[in-house]
Amino acid sequence: MTLFLSYLINGISLGSIYAIIALGYTMVYGIARMLNFAHGDVIMVGAYICFCATQYLGLPAVVGVLVAMVACTALGVTIERLAYRPLRQAASLAVLITAIGMSYLLQNLALLIWGPNPKSFASVVSIGSISLFDGALLISGETIVTVLANIVIMVALTQFTGRTKMGKAMRAVSEDRGAAELMGINVNHTIALTFAIGSALAAIAGALLCSSYPTLQPTTGSMPGIKAFTAAVFGGIGSIPGAMIGGVLLGVIEILGRAYVSTELGDAFVFAVLIVVLLVKPTGLLGKKVSEKV
Amino acid sequence: MTQQRRSTTKMVPFPSHSIVPERDVDKLPVLEARHLGIEFGGLKAVEDFNLTIGKTEIAGLIGPNGAGKTTVFNLLTKVYQPTSGTIMINGKDTAGMNTVQANKLGVARTFQNIRLFGNMSVEDNVRIGLHNQVPYGMFSGIFRLPRYWKQEKKQHERALELLSIFGMQDMASAKAGSLPYGAQRRLEIVRALATNPSLLLLDEPAAGMNPHETEELMDSIIAIRDQFQIAVMLIEHDMKLVMGICEGICVLNYGRVIAKGTAEEIQKNPTVIEAYLGRRKEDAQ
Amino acid sequence: MKLKRSTVNNLIAYGIVIVAFVICQSMISAGAMSRSLRGQLVPICVYIVMAVSLNLTVGISGELSLGHAGFMSVGAFSGIVAATWMESAFAMENDVVRLLLAMVVGGVFAGIAGVIIGVPVLRLRGDYLAIVTLAFGEIIRNVLNCVYISVDAGRVYFAFNSPQLPGKLVINGPAGATGVSRISTFVIGFVLILFTLFVVLNLINSRSGRAIMACRDSRIAAESVGINITKYRMMAFVTSAVLAGMAGALYGLNYSTVTAAKFDFNTSILVLVFVVLGGIGNIWGSIIAATLLTVLPELLRGFSDYRMLVYAVVLILVMLVTNSPMMRAFFARVLPHKRGEEGKGGEAA
Repeated sequence: MTLFLSYLINGISLGSIYAIIALGYTMVYGIARMLNFAHGDVIMVGAYICFCATQYLGLPAVVGVLVAMVACTALGVTIERLAYRPLRQAASLAVLITAIGMSYLLQNLALLIWGPNPKSFASVVSIGSISLFDGALLISGETIVTVLANIVIMVALTQFTGRTKMGKAMRAVSEDRGAAELMGINVNHTIALTFAIGSALAAIAGALLCSSYPTLQPTTGSMPGIKAFTAAVFGGIGSIPGAMIGGVLLGVIEILGRAYVSTELGDAFVFAVLIVVLLVKPTGLLGKKVSEKV
Repeated sequence: MTQQRRSTTKMVPFPSHSIVPERDVDKLPVLEARHLGIEFGGLKAVEDFNLTIGKTEIAGLIGPNGAGKTTVFNLLTKVYQPTSGTIMINGKDTAGMNTVQANKLGVARTFQNIRLFGNMSVEDNVRIGLHNQVPYGMFSGIFRLPRYWKQEKKQHERALELLSIFGMQDMASAKAGSLPYGAQRRLEIVRALATNPSLLLLDEPAAGMNPHETEELMDSIIAIRDQFQIAVMLIEHDMKLVMGICEGICVLNYGRVIAKGTAEEIQKNPTVIEAYLGRRKEDAQ
Repeated sequence: MKLKRSTVNNLIAYGIVIVAFVICQSMISAGAMSRSLRGQLVPICVYIVMAVSLNLTVGISGELSLGHAGFMSVGAFSGIVAATWMESAFAMENDVVRLLLAMVVGGVFAGIAGVIIGVPVLRLRGDYLAIVTLAFGEIIRNVLNCVYISVDAGRVYFAFNSPQLPGKLVINGPAGATGVSRISTFVIGFVLILFTLFVVLNLINSRSGRAIMACRDSRIAAESVGINITKYRMMAFVTSAVLAGMAGALYGLNYSTVTAAKFDFNTSILVLVFVVLGGIGNIWGSIIAATLLTVLPELLRGFSDYRMLVYAVVLILVMLVTNSPMMRAFFARVLPHKRGEEGKGGEAA
């Protein structure tokens, strides 16, 4: 029973990271209608920068995360400006291929800068673990911080999109880009802001991911990135609470699948979830239906 | 709204309270829609739509913007499934059918916002229309069996023949997407005709055409009807075209039929005038 | 006589392949080809077939498939098992026949996988379709990592997640296929390319091919003229899978050891790079891109570190140049005589 509980807690912890990454996907997809394939690699860049800041510059962990957030925000906005904005009117196939190219570009740049050898990432979390049931169940400090961060981010973002002017502009653009433009909303700025927020969150996710799974290499971000996209689809693309629910559920499914069915097939479970969700309920748990006008 | 008439068809009552051209009265109507309706999340886009179209009738569907005209086309072509009512095409109920089956039953259409296969040649667009008319399998195609050569030749000849209706046979190898607007509209009609329909639905065929082109289009529509002996139903805002060639006209407003009849009857109908022009203040009180 | 543009393009495709084959063969017989380049000949053939078949899905059918390597792996593993089984069951000595039959088996199994995957995948469109093909590619790789197959006295044994099988293990879970007899040859590779071109080009220039392209250009219009879009999208997807499976069998039987990890997402992307660079929908472009991008890194030592980086930049630039209105206008000014051709890839998309 405690074993099951510890799997469950690991799942929730992993799922919370997926949820934070998924927010980047879901907001960008909701507003720019594009699958930002490079998002997963922004996470990797964030983790590397945090690593460099703490390891080489000797900055405290919190400052390291902040530096990574600033750098990733700049990176995300630059990517959007240079690669995605010129293709705003292009076919989705072209945009997706560009995003895949961007993902490869980031991975290979990281490979050149930091080399292929994995770096051992020192956890950014300094609080200790909690021991329950006389030490039979151990909740690590990373898990606590990850879950808390997830909740804080979720509440903050919901408030931001619901209450602030910029947040409302984002919702308007995702609803109807043309109409939003007519209402005087600067669509380009809104999309850039979305990328900025998503990328800053990616930096946090990168630091948290590598605190729990401390091997850092150029491909670190790609698999969690794809899984987080699955989480975003699972929860309903464009929905912030959906990303949270989808992420946590997916993390739990992955960890339990690995523990009780087969370690080899862990990723296969996650992708099977994606396929089933898209076929049974393509709008996800909390998404809404969009249909083509004839 | 009086216009010069090109047709002097006499309209007679049809058993189901509908009218069809006198020449079609003994024949099975091509379309019978009864109590047709569709709701989108509580909004009744079309409600209690009844219409009968004779075998060789040219019918018009008019109404203000947003009245539900294109929705009716989408219902007839089974792009949407009606939430109530029945559609009979050539006497067959289309319940549960999809767009492909409706086309095989004889409904072909054009689109308000042109939907050509823009990267392909004009001839290939028509050949795609001939898809089910001059068929052969994938295997014959890949291994170039005799059937391939025979059917390809037939498709080529038939495509040029159809294009010649609008004198477009010389453009056969041009890219469809590069044609001028009017020619694209005409090509859509040819493509629809290639499917050998018994009911041709034209969604704003004259949109974007100049008066001269519209005149030619009117003649072509009548010629198509005469040559192929099919029914044509068109949505159009150009009243000159509608009043000039449509025999039976149906007026929609807010998803409901507000008037049906001949061009003369429609032009005099006070409800129609009100729908189009609005009610005068003193009448309203 | 004026030839149709499609006919000219087809002749170019066949021409390139035949001329390249003749040059390579004469270089080999003259001893003018380096060992390392000779070793690349079969992989080049494999990648050409992969690129042409992916172009059928991406360029002609208009669906972005990110799991093409998955079909390749199914073809490779089933082809290896088939070749080993034929040797064991019939003591078949003729390597050419064995290879050809193994390729057929690989194609059939990849085709079956294509049908199984195509049914759910083709209900989706656009980005979702792409991500699900990626998911399936990864699932295939995960599952193949758990598969154990052995051949003993002409019988094939199969187990999931357990290597306890009688006879000689052909597929050994995560260790992949080991001790494969290397029977692939450049000549057969050349024949496979010709076969692929024959199938793909003839398909495109037929009624079925036009229907496939109609579904790509406008789904709604295609349905309105009575084209069953599911059928034709499936036709393109499965044909593409079959060809990838045949290429996979050729690839698998070219090495003594093959693991499922070889057919990961990166391989799918590599093939996609060939397709995009050669021009989406342009078959002979795929052939040239696949050849150059396989040979160049071998020739330019030191370039290999930057290889994927350069591919990534090229991928982005090609998309920007062919799809961004600003860049298009710029190129139209710089290259006035090349009007319209620039946007080929983009338009096909």
